[in-house]
Amino acid sequence: MVLIFADHMDGHFKKTAFEALAYGAKVAELLGTTAEALVLGTVADDLAAIGKYGVKKVHQVANETLNAFDAQLYTKIIAEALQTTGANILVMAHNNTGRAVAGRLAVRLKAAMVTAAVSLPDSSNGFVVKKVAFSGKAFANVSLNTDIKIISLNMNAYKAVAGEGIAEVTQLAIMVDTPKVKVIATNKVSGEIPLTEATRVVSAGRGLKGPENWGIVEDLAHALDAALACSRPVADAHWRPHHEHVGQTGISIAPNLYVAAGISGAIQHLAGVNRSKVIVVINKDAEAPFFKAADYGVVGDVFEILPKLTAEVKKLKEV
Amino acid sequence: MKILVCISKTPDTTAKIAFKNGNTQFEESGVQWIINPYDEWYALVRAIELKENDASTVVHLVMVGAADADPIIRKALALGGDEAIRVDTTKLQDAYYVASQIADVAGKGDYDVIFTGKETIDYNGSSIGGMIAELLDLPFISLATKFDIQENTATVTREIEGGEEVNEVSIPVVVSCQKGMAEARIPNMRGIMSARTKPLKVVPPVDAPQLTSIRDFELPPAKAGVKMISPDNMAELVRLLHEEAKVI
Ligand SMILES: Cc1cc2nc3c(=O)[nH]c(=O)nc-3n(C[C@H](O)[C@H](O)[C@H](O)COP(=O)(O)OP(=O)(O)OC[C@H]3O[C@@H](n4cnc5c(N)ncnc54)[C@H](O)[C@@H]3O)c2cc1C
Ligand SMILES: Nc1ncnc2c1ncn2[C@@H]1O[C@H](COP(=O)(O)O)[C@@H](O)[C@H]1O
Repeated sequence: MVLIFADHMDGHFKKTAFEALAYGAKVAELLGTTAEALVLGTVADDLAAIGKYGVKKVHQVANETLNAFDAQLYTKIIAEALQTTGANILVMAHNNTGRAVAGRLAVRLKAAMVTAAVSLPDSSNGFVVKKVAFSGKAFANVSLNTDIKIISLNMNAYKAVAGEGIAEVTQLAIMVDTPKVKVIATNKVSGEIPLTEATRVVSAGRGLKGPENWGIVEDLAHALDAALACSRPVADAHWRPHHEHVGQTGISIAPNLYVAAGISGAIQHLAGVNRSKVIVVINKDAEAPFFKAADYGVVGDVFEILPKLTAEVKKLKEV
Repeated sequence: MKILVCISKTPDTTAKIAFKNGNTQFEESGVQWIINPYDEWYALVRAIELKENDASTVVHLVMVGAADADPIIRKALALGGDEAIRVDTTKLQDAYYVASQIADVAGKGDYDVIFTGKETIDYNGSSIGGMIAELLDLPFISLATKFDIQENTATVTREIEGGEEVNEVSIPVVVSCQKGMAEARIPNMRGIMSARTKPLKVVPPVDAPQLTSIRDFELPPAKAGVKMISPDNMAELVRLLHEEAKVI
């Protein structure tokens, strides 16, 4: 059986959790087995409804202590849930929670693990999963050589298509210890789409000249329902917050649409964004390296192009 | 306080990525090696800052790798740190094996804080930190952007989706570090000179299984080529994004 750990935040499943559910259900189908979900803590969302991603059952440990995250405690509970449900494959999202528990679980379960996975397993000869390597410049095909296996799915690597289906919800009686990590504050950037959850991203670089000019970037992002990103020098100069810095040493993203305005396309920048499905580059220099990695290019001044593009996007949405 | 910083060696960020022997091995010829940026800029520099604030703090570095990693370790020592330990092995493809080596060193050293980078920029595992924590049965805070310590309590800010969370935890603790922790530094002449004489202990690996193996590597398919659109025709770009690319 494939057990999918579906995590949530503020009472709602993360987008990456839906991707993990759909992916895990597909893995189960390929292996001729069933998929079940594991939810820790309490959620506002309807648990039975995640059956539409292909899971037959949802196991919940409905203890409110688990609404705050502690990697050590989560690991203990997920490992125990895996053992009680008899699952042999554990799937989760390679998001902020997944990154904190995947390694721990691999040790606790003595399980072979692949993180940042981007493909379904190839079980023709062993059990091989493709993962991101060299920061998006390559992929590695990793063999998982133990009976119990862990797959942590990279974001936007599998489409969460909802079908029909209602899952049976059951409660798991697992002891919840006192967490060792205490959450003392949470600061969320309100009104913005988190970069790692976004299907569309509008990003800008030094070509914008200064932080006071970001209005035209934000306008386009709002019109597109996109998250904001930036190049490293922009974050280093404190024009934009660090959490918007994408690239090899920032956040690595793979949205459906990445719009880069006034960014030259240095190799370290490309490493974090080159798995985007469609890349649009706007740069006044026709020789900017980014055009080589782009699907659509516009040579021109961002200060003229961005407002025009925003207006056209708005027009499209009106019809 | 005693801090252990886990340092790994990665190809330079501009290195050409190519493979050999039927795509089973990374083509190393001509490649420049660097300290994994997350380990250097954030984990190591934060450890050095903590030592600057409190002279009694001891900073050790650990690297699992072969002798060809020694120049990288010296570079790290030039930035700071009191001594380095290298676990001598060429087996580096399995995270469980590498984490077992670090956990062994860490367990013997009685460290209060163990820092790793967020991930290596060549394997992008983001797994070793959590593994070390579980092997040592310690709390783990990942993707940290701030770290401070008072008495026996660490206050750590970590990234969450769309924001950040401030955590409090008793030491010992394992923390994976990313941007925000510290500002990158360049080693100065004095650092480089003193690094030459700092101890670099080489220890044999302990027995540990390898649970995964890399079958082969592949490169992403080449882009079809860019379609250029006139700056005067943003309506056309929007049409293409809507009808052809179907992303809006
Ligand atoms: C180890 C290492 C790691 C790094 N990691 C990262 C990383 O994670 N992310 C990252 O982004 N960078 C990273 N870098 C930095 C990277 O090498 C580049 O320096 C950086 O990406 C450049 O940012 P930029 O494109 O905004 O600025 P620039 O390179 O200065 O480019 C600005 C662009 O804007 C264009 N422009 C200027 N004015 C206009 C206008 N009016 N209209 C349209 N276009 C205009 C210019 O033609 C130019 O192409 C790293 C570097 C190193 C050494
Ligand atoms: N061979 C190694 N020796 C020492 N530390 C390592 C090694 N490999 C990885 N690490 C540490 O673990 C972190 C995460 O690595 P990874 O899980 O491979 O992405 C790195 O940023 C380093 O701090």
